[in-house]
Amino acid sequence: MPRIVFVSCDGAEHAVEMPVGISAMAAAVRSNVRGIEAECGGSLNCATCHVYVDDRFGPLLPAPSELERDILTCVAADRRETSRLSCQIVLTPELEGLTLHLPEVQS
Amino acid sequence: MRYGGPLVIVGASYAGLQVAASAREAGYEGRIILVGAEDRLPYQRPPLSKGFLSGKVCETDVALRPESFFDAARIELELGAKATALDLAGRSVSLSDGRHLAFGSLVVATGSRARRHPALDGRAGNIRYLRSLDDAKVLRERLAAAREVVVVGGGFIGLEVASSIRGLGKEVTLLAAGSRLLPRAVCGEIAGFLLRLHRAHGVRVELDVVVVGVEVAGEHVRQVHVNNGRSFPCDLVLVGVGADPDVALLASAGMCGPDGVPVDQFGRTDHPGIFAAGDCTLHFNRHAGTILRLESVQHAIDQAKVVADALVGRDRSYDAVPRFWSDQYDTKLQMVGLPGDADRRVLRGAPEEGRFSVLHFSQGRLVCVQGINRPADVAAGRRLLATGRSPPPALAGDWSRDLADFLANEAPRASA
Repeated sequence: MPRIVFVSCDGAEHAVEMPVGISAMAAAVRSNVRGIEAECGGSLNCATCHVYVDDRFGPLLPAPSELERDILTCVAADRRETSRLSCQIVLTPELEGLTLHLPEVQS
Repeated sequence: MRYGGPLVIVGASYAGLQVAASAREAGYEGRIILVGAEDRLPYQRPPLSKGFLSGKVCETDVALRPESFFDAARIELELGAKATALDLAGRSVSLSDGRHLAFGSLVVATGSRARRHPALDGRAGNIRYLRSLDDAKVLRERLAAAREVVVVGGGFIGLEVASSIRGLGKEVTLLAAGSRLLPRAVCGEIAGFLLRLHRAHGVRVELDVVVVGVEVAGEHVRQVHVNNGRSFPCDLVLVGVGADPDVALLASAGMCGPDGVPVDQFGRTDHPGIFAAGDCTLHFNRHAGTILRLESVQHAIDQAKVVADALVGRDRSYDAVPRFWSDQYDTKLQMVGLPGDADRRVLRGAPEEGRFSVLHFSQGRLVCVQGINRPADVAAGRRLLATGRSPPPALAGDWSRDLADFLANEAPRASA
């Protein structure tokens, strides 16, 4: 099972192991990681599971869909080059150690 | 004003859970007891009419929080317990198992219930409603054996269920009482698009028909009769004719009528230390300029956060921009704001291509954006509404220009 590291805005790290195939958002919710709200449950209708993908992992992720890019325009925190919706990041074995930085606010 | 004793929250769906979680997060130190009538952990409702029926989502996927969350946050769960009576003087609620829970503060987050159809209710076992996970499980089981399904109601539940079960290959007839779909929620352009969408997917949609009776054989409905003399054969009926607030607890204490629980901008009822949040509340909504009730995930969560803040003495007014979504087939309907008494609509995009939005203006001020597969317009609309800005109606329809451009400083700030 790949390990994901969520880094909160105060620098605290929360590492979780979750099965391949689930989303980073679901991994956070199931592990009680604070800072991911996921209001719409992963249906691409809100922007409350926003994360900044650590530079090392950006190249390993498929590019965001047009829909995801549109929805990223209304994240509550700063939108950066590395911004993604964690509901759209599906865990694969290659993403071992995936590091996601959490924004200060989600809504 | 604070009272000694635990915080008791009645209702363990989005609003109730959010009050509990946010109050703890905000530093509420006392006991928090979350009472839920259903004997299960809080779960997501939107997938019940969509992915859960189509089989893409299973029961374990819909949990809102894992069990460990409640331990970690010291939220005590009373599940499978219905709050049946409220003793205002004694500050306690009675539970269906005979116990009494004393409270310091009480939050009523009892939500709403599927409205019953007078001509259909209780007539047969294959007439179903959809509100809870149990409802969805029964519906899914019944669907497995069904061939012809009649959906009664042209609202969101009816349309989403029709969409989900067309995908399972069922014959679907949708009977709507109005002259168009979603008559209260969306404008004519969106309603017309959705009507064409459902018909293109093979749903037989009948407008302007009122169900007046059924033909029952054994324990099953075989036909649904409507007011123009026609009948529709079926082996399963799904009724989605709206929802009513579940106000029994407060109504029995004389605190509200059947239309909802009146609360102020902080979620307070007029009884000290008793709050309400979510579907069941009647509140003044700044974005509508009127008192109303909203049924949505966003409203439940955002009003609950306001109540949680009030519980720790950080009063702030509820003013979140109303948001709503509905996924049907591969189409995304999203809305921000409320159309209310809008007097002008501006179309952006191309309905024939299945990508457009409708901007609603009231006296020149943007009040609502409804989009079909146009999340960027809806996202921009949300930010415009939150900051009280409006694009000039005459310019807003220019599809080549991003709606977000109107957020720039030179955009006129509307006088609300």
